[in-house]
Amino acid sequence: MALRRRSIKDSRGEAALFRARAFVGFALILLGLSVLAVRYSFLQVQRHDEFALRSENNRVKPRAIPPARGLIFDRSGVLLADNVPAFRLEVVPEQVPDMQAMLAGIREVIPLGDDDLEAFRKQLRQNRRFDSVPLKLHLTEDEIARFAINRWRFPGLDVVPYLTRRYPYGPLFAHVIGYVGRIDADDLNRLDPDRYKGTSHVGRSGLERSYEDMLHGEPGYELVEVNADGRLQRVLETHAPKPGKNLYLSIDARVQKAAMDAFAGRPGSAVAIDPRNGQVMAMVSVPSYDPNLFVNGISKTDYTAYTSAEDKPLLNRALKSAYPPGSTVKPFLALGGLEYGVRRPEDTVLSTGEFCIPGQQRCYRDDKRGGDGVVNMVRAIQHSTNTYFYKLALDLGIDRLSAWMGSLGFGHKTGIDLLGEAEGILPSREWKATRSKFGWFPGETILAGIGQGYWNVTTLQLAHATATFAGHGTPYAPRLVMATSAVKESRVPLPNPPSGPSLIHKDNYWNVVNQGMEAVITEGTGKGQFTGFPYVVAGKSGTAERFSRRSNDYDNNKNTAYLATRHRAWFIGYTPTDSPRIAIAAMLEQGAWGASDAGPIVRKIMEAWLASQGGAVPARTAPEASAPALPASAPEVPEDTPVATPADVPAQLPSDHDDSGQQDDGGHQ
Amino acid sequence: MIDELQVRLTRFLRRLLTRPRIDLPLAFGLLLLAATGLVTLYSASGGSMAMITGQAARFVIGGMLLLLISRIPPSVLRGWTPWLYAGSVFLLIVVAGVGEIRSGSKRWLNLGVMSFQPSELLKLTVPMMVAWYLHPRQLPPSWKDIVTVAILIGIPAGLIAEQPDLGTAVLVAGAGAFALFLSGMAWWKIGSLLAAVGGMVPVAWHFLHEYQRNRVRTLLDPESDPLGNGWHIIQSQIAVGSGGVFGKGWQHGTQSRLDFLPEHTTDFIFAVFAEEFGLVGVVAVMALYAFIIGRCLWIAMEARETYSRLLAGAIGMSFFVYVFVNGGMVAGMLPVVGVPMPLISYGGTSAVSLLTGFGVLMSIHANRKMHD
Repeated sequence: MALRRRSIKDSRGEAALFRARAFVGFALILLGLSVLAVRYSFLQVQRHDEFALRSENNRVKPRAIPPARGLIFDRSGVLLADNVPAFRLEVVPEQVPDMQAMLAGIREVIPLGDDDLEAFRKQLRQNRRFDSVPLKLHLTEDEIARFAINRWRFPGLDVVPYLTRRYPYGPLFAHVIGYVGRIDADDLNRLDPDRYKGTSHVGRSGLERSYEDMLHGEPGYELVEVNADGRLQRVLETHAPKPGKNLYLSIDARVQKAAMDAFAGRPGSAVAIDPRNGQVMAMVSVPSYDPNLFVNGISKTDYTAYTSAEDKPLLNRALKSAYPPGSTVKPFLALGGLEYGVRRPEDTVLSTGEFCIPGQQRCYRDDKRGGDGVVNMVRAIQHSTNTYFYKLALDLGIDRLSAWMGSLGFGHKTGIDLLGEAEGILPSREWKATRSKFGWFPGETILAGIGQGYWNVTTLQLAHATATFAGHGTPYAPRLVMATSAVKESRVPLPNPPSGPSLIHKDNYWNVVNQGMEAVITEGTGKGQFTGFPYVVAGKSGTAERFSRRSNDYDNNKNTAYLATRHRAWFIGYTPTDSPRIAIAAMLEQGAWGASDAGPIVRKIMEAWLASQGGAVPARTAPEASAPALPASAPEVPEDTPVATPADVPAQLPSDHDDSGQQDDGGHQ
Repeated sequence: MIDELQVRLTRFLRRLLTRPRIDLPLAFGLLLLAATGLVTLYSASGGSMAMITGQAARFVIGGMLLLLISRIPPSVLRGWTPWLYAGSVFLLIVVAGVGEIRSGSKRWLNLGVMSFQPSELLKLTVPMMVAWYLHPRQLPPSWKDIVTVAILIGIPAGLIAEQPDLGTAVLVAGAGAFALFLSGMAWWKIGSLLAAVGGMVPVAWHFLHEYQRNRVRTLLDPESDPLGNGWHIIQSQIAVGSGGVFGKGWQHGTQSRLDFLPEHTTDFIFAVFAEEFGLVGVVAVMALYAFIIGRCLWIAMEARETYSRLLAGAIGMSFFVYVFVNGGMVAGMLPVVGVPMPLISYGGTSAVSLLTGFGVLMSIHANRKMHD
């Protein structure tokens, strides 16, 4: 080739070269086409008889068998989501001579909604023409009877049995389990069509949605013989589907019921968490809705009733409604003061009823006129003394305050196994910078110290933080599902390891804050709320104003009903304090005072929990062990803690801390 | 001014209609193929006039594009080539960023009123670019030129394979490779390049998407996937094989009638054809394809300069890739990839882009060498 190097192009030579290549190329193409022709003749001549026979006998079609959806049980095996047989109307498109005429005709026999038709048309486009498409779900007996009479008019239509979902407890678990709904066009884009062949429902909300993958299972198929019209003759071969996995919630249905009843219909939410492993023991949002209505398509009237209701029954308040937490943040803030070495437990502050930022005019009030006098940390928590926490917030500064509260889970998703959690708002310079052109003001730090101002937390976040504290600082992502099981196999626990190391570095820090929260119950703001409860309870109330004060009414009108319209009531608590096993946060959207309105809800949940445990055994820390009148019939439920962490040992408390150095003011810096 | 424009426009349009400078044998072959396509579609679609008129409309649009492009001299096309190439590659990059995802692959660009696949453009702009690059250079090409051309082909082909759309990537790479082949690239260089590509196969397997690997696995063992692609392969072979030598007759194929054959108007339409017209029909259509490709190469040989020669030859030869890949897929020889049977499969973009390519050929034909 090197010999042919020239300075100008030899176009005649190139043309000749091209001609040679074109001939070679054409020869290769002829060869390729011949290979194809040989392959076709192999199929059409040599193997013709075989294929002709198969074509003649080609009456065998594969048909998908949808898997049975996994069931959902509560902690002790009570069935919460069930599959029940029902009938639906199905269409095999290839057997329908005129789709429009058929749809017009069938509407006179069985009424069809617009939703039915829309879903049907969309699914029609996605399916093969011999795969049946559901037209209407959950036929009534009357509809089945009417169709039977008119069946001859509608070739390609059939009433077939299927399994539909039923939620025996209806509204009680609606916000936890959610519901399944009919597969629509958007779902079809998202889902693997092979896995969902023959399936009519998919998880729409709640656990039904977040555990869809486990609950669904794997479809099987059968080879069926059809006649020339495509009608099923017999089943030749069956490959059974693999049913979805069953889920076991950590919630006990009785505790859940007690929590729901405690609200007596008043809008609010409550979450109870086991501090030892993050398992959710109860999660309610009031009011609730009936998930059964959604399964086979909710009617327009029912849906409008839900969406236009003023108290928003479809809203999961525990997960999605974020409000200022008020004084419930105070114990956490106190702990932060200890951890950062900004406060010692014995440091005192004088509360006079008013706190003014040094060098500024602006002043902030205590709840109690005249103040609480000289308070240390325990007393400040007990009386919810604003001045103490104004000053603590100022000394911590907003950066440390938000870093500490952030580590307890505020301002982030808790990581619960549900979709759509709200993040709430954790006041910080960064957060404000995204919203406002002004910098951070010290007054905003002060408000943050009492859970007001920019603060927004969900009930779930507050329960999570309470549980993290109650568990001596070891954080766990909240979990609703504690175990799964394949059909006919035993339960397999889902592991939930701690999401980080313990946040509390000294036993004493925990003890001081715990002491403050116990004092809230015995002689503080929550006094009397837990009298007679067999275990020692620690708690903290919170009352957040829904509006800013614009008139003097607020100071003068002490009517509870009036205050309820202005306040949100919070209460957090855990028990038993010597080794906490349940931590609860409750929120009433319209409660006058945290302790008196939200406190009883927490107590009722604790009582139900205790009953589900078979009562207080041993009643070692309770002064009046015989007091509570609890249903003695509650069966003994074995403690089910699938997590490896030993239950009663406060996790990872470093023992080699030098106490004296830590006690020094500023020594932590 | 406006009058003059009007006069020129009318003259242009009149010339377009009265003296289309097209190659009649090629046009005849294409018309025959399009007619075969419509006849087969009528049967495969179960007599759906909506689909027939839709497809006919596409042929008309494609034919008009063909006539329009045949008026553009190859020298002008050559001048536009780098810009067309750069523009189409740019669109590919845009589609990788903001493209619409349909059934798992990102290959559509939404233009509001309509959406199209930029990868279709590359089927033409890649061989154009290769021809443009080799045009002024010393042929046969040196290693340096070969590497440059490989990069020019590799970038768009890689982007398309990444969408993922393996079928189109093969077509695009094939069109460019044919231009290189026709430029007279030394046989030993072709051999070593093929050996290198062969050595890459295990590596490429590693980079394939799981669904693509499954398609290859399914080809080797169709019974393993009775609900998905294996079903396609088995049913397609039953359709072809049961056709026999003379076929079951037009509109008498049972496979598609009873809906056993999936995609029987698009990718698998040739199975319907083979079932109804038998081996005789298959060989006739293969001969028709061979005639069209041969005519393209003839036009290429008569072309005046390197650019036209390489481009015409590459377009003609890449037509073969369609036929081979689709025909092989229908007969269960090759894995299931989305390559249509040219001018027979139902569907818009490929018919239009194919006819556009033939427009370039017509233009090259119109500017052929004068025989001495």
